[in-house]
Amino acid sequence: MNRRDLLKAVAALAPAALTTTIAGRVWAAPATDAKLLVVFLRGAYDAANVLVPVSSSFYYESRPNLAIAKPDVGNPNSAVVLDADWGLHPALRDSLAPLWTNREIAFVPFAGTSDDTTRSHFETQDTIELGQSTKGSRDYRSGFMSRLAAELTRVKPIAFTEQLPLIFRGQAEIPNIALGNVGKPGVDDRQAELIKQMYAKTKLASAVAEGFRVRDEVVKSIADEMTEANRGAVSPRGFELSARRIGRLMREQFNLGFVDVGGWDTHVNQGAATGYLADRLGELGRALAGFREEIGPAAWRDSVVVVISEFGRTFRENGDRGTDHGHGSVYWVLGGGLNGGRIAGEQIKVAQPSLFENRDYPVLTDYRALFAGLVQRMYGLDAAALQRVFAGVRPADLGLV
Amino acid sequence: MRTNTAGRWSARGSAILGIGIAAIITGGTARAAEISVHDLALIDRLTWGINGSSVAQFQKLGAARWVDQQLHPAADSALPQPVAAQIDAMPDAAGLTPAAINAFQAQGKDADQLTDPEARKTAKQAYQQALNDRAKQAASRSILRALYAPAQLRERMTWFWLNHFNVHQSKAELRLLVGDYEDRAIRAHALGKFGDLLRATLRHPAMLRYLDNAGNANGHLNENYAREIMELHTMGVGSGYTQADVEALAKILTGVGIDLKPEDPKLKPALAPQLVRDGAFEFNPARHDYSDKTFLGHTIRGSGFAEVDEALDLIVHNPATAQHVSRKLATYFVSDEPPQSLIDKMAKAFTASDGDIAQVLAAMIAAPEFDASLKTAERFKDPVGYVYSAVRLAYDDKVVLNTVPIQRWLGRLGEGLYQRQTPDGYPLTATAWNGPGQMMLRFEIARQIGSGSAGLFKPEQADAKDRPAFPLLQNALYFGGLSRTLSSTTRGALDQAISPQDWNTLFLSSPEFMVRQRAEAPHEPS
Repeated sequence: MNRRDLLKAVAALAPAALTTTIAGRVWAAPATDAKLLVVFLRGAYDAANVLVPVSSSFYYESRPNLAIAKPDVGNPNSAVVLDADWGLHPALRDSLAPLWTNREIAFVPFAGTSDDTTRSHFETQDTIELGQSTKGSRDYRSGFMSRLAAELTRVKPIAFTEQLPLIFRGQAEIPNIALGNVGKPGVDDRQAELIKQMYAKTKLASAVAEGFRVRDEVVKSIADEMTEANRGAVSPRGFELSARRIGRLMREQFNLGFVDVGGWDTHVNQGAATGYLADRLGELGRALAGFREEIGPAAWRDSVVVVISEFGRTFRENGDRGTDHGHGSVYWVLGGGLNGGRIAGEQIKVAQPSLFENRDYPVLTDYRALFAGLVQRMYGLDAAALQRVFAGVRPADLGLV
Repeated sequence: MRTNTAGRWSARGSAILGIGIAAIITGGTARAAEISVHDLALIDRLTWGINGSSVAQFQKLGAARWVDQQLHPAADSALPQPVAAQIDAMPDAAGLTPAAINAFQAQGKDADQLTDPEARKTAKQAYQQALNDRAKQAASRSILRALYAPAQLRERMTWFWLNHFNVHQSKAELRLLVGDYEDRAIRAHALGKFGDLLRATLRHPAMLRYLDNAGNANGHLNENYAREIMELHTMGVGSGYTQADVEALAKILTGVGIDLKPEDPKLKPALAPQLVRDGAFEFNPARHDYSDKTFLGHTIRGSGFAEVDEALDLIVHNPATAQHVSRKLATYFVSDEPPQSLIDKMAKAFTASDGDIAQVLAAMIAAPEFDASLKTAERFKDPVGYVYSAVRLAYDDKVVLNTVPIQRWLGRLGEGLYQRQTPDGYPLTATAWNGPGQMMLRFEIARQIGSGSAGLFKPEQADAKDRPAFPLLQNALYFGGLSRTLSSTTRGALDQAISPQDWNTLFLSSPEFMVRQRAEAPHEPS
């Protein structure tokens, strides 16, 4: 290919990228401007210390070292009051408590996998990402967000992860990019074109073409941030930095996103109001608040963020001031247009007889029913479409959107 | 074509250096010109990547003897002298003692106790730096061995088992322990008996710290390690064990932990003979639950550390373990979805040989399914495979003087050494590594490796100078074998390269370099 042909090829590609999906199909108009971000806390976070059952004496008996104190205005290390039964971990006071007041956040306790009780991180993460029944054989090439993307119009999905997660595996090539350390690309346009040429007839052709397109969009978006940094603005780090970048990209480019955060497996010294878990939560809260700020008020009204984890932890603390693998968790739902400020879904008194196998929270709201209910409302999916995403599932309508 | 390309570049000033090296490499690997694509594929499948030296070694021995030496490397299978010299210069190359771990911990505690905030900060930073240096050295040692050890299959297996029995360097003082864990618990048993390997990991402080068994005691159970032994290390999830089995194994493992103190713990006279100590490893009978346990349908009488041996025997000899381990090996070497017939052959060898890893691998290599996979399947390289094979091919046995750029590349590609946070280890299948984001990073790294020495020949010292070096991918091996494995599309793109750097970048970015060599010339689209 000579230079003139090359330029022509580049010119031909540019407009195509705007109107075709990664699968090469032209999409119709969207049903809504809805944006969905799923945040996966890998490692099974200790839900009972985030949404604190402050009215349960059993909670305080079970966690002599780990319990969060009942709400007390004079004690900054006490739970933030949500209602008579529930409080919020104090590490989330500054970042997320204001969202509760604005009704922009809701918590769904006793949520998780109703049919997977392996208590294995990896097995249960796979279960959730695949979103398939655990009965029968699994199709590891079909994640539920990938199936959801296939049902939507004008969808621009992306995983903000180093590797393409199971949840987005499927027929279409979904791009992935980790936003922690994005630099200026060294492979120039001419090389990019030659590389695309080499892959044109291979299975990776669309992955490579899509990769270059997303790379350029991300670099463009992050250029603004560099300018701000050059003006002396303090740059956030870690997950907060990534979440702010996600907010910016989802405001302008993408509307279906997935990101994961590790470090939640706390078998030892997890801490209580302060300590290891509190530090993780503080960063997560700042990240979510940062995402909200960057995506901006207009897009935030159409956005839903769901924070999930593979399972909860043992209700009683273990011998190492930590917690072991449990079952039911607490999911968070955030969004500018949310009917929030409440604890949603089926609930049960937090006491010893309510525990599943006398060790952990039961699952009363299945993750698939929860997501099915949410996306049905968000995107107006009909029953047949919903069945293609979550076969055999009856959606739970929690009235959140 | 060959002379033309070489001629075009030799006219360029920037390529003069490359030609000098080319002459040396060509001299050493003249025989590479005669290698068949099938032999290329076999070597590439069992090593960290094809290069002139490995081809020369293969041709000297012949296929059968070469495979046999890879499966059973001689005790004196020595590293090349410049590699050995770099490793010997590392402070913990000879092993880690409890006293050395103690000294490190004391340094950390001393730093914490300083009252002056500035001095405390400086001392803490120095302590963290010292820990970081140890992890970096461990990674460096690992990389040097992977690139240059003649016993290549043992190095592949070392990485495989390190991943199978994963630990994460960021927890506690693990940065200090990972190098010793790799060298003495993993590499030493990488081609030996699986049971010995499992026991070596169980007795290493890195594992006991990482999966929290150091805190597991009677009345203060911590199930973490017990669960992962069965789920990840041996039988596999869904193989029939129950939550009750996990709790029973956790009780069996009470008292299995770490002790860095020189003196023995104070024990009642009746318990004293039960104490087991070995370096930093300790079985403390005072922390053990002596009740009888029911484990995998067997009764294990409360008897101390003997319970652990009894339980491990049950696990290792469970047919699920032979299947689980064989499936994982076949996935790593053969295909994302290895045929069950192959796994069964390997599992049979596992059972017949009491878990002899070399025999399981021999069964795999001898199976027709393995040979078929050389011809038809594409084994996509994971990031470690990708980076190591690129550096091996680009520099052959010219030993790099600094592995930090390699460590950085692996980290960016999401497969850094000792950096997998979770105990499942990095995924082995292609789908985890061939997404758009990963491919973009690979092309960037291809450019860095292909454009010059990339810091690989600049020793990590304050005033060190970069030694002259240039990656030479268009070498005798390329013309004598690899070029025949490229599609016409790839060759067409390579023909448009405007410099040796550009050619290298494109070659390392090519679809053919993302997978292990195939034992057939490419199928050209008509």
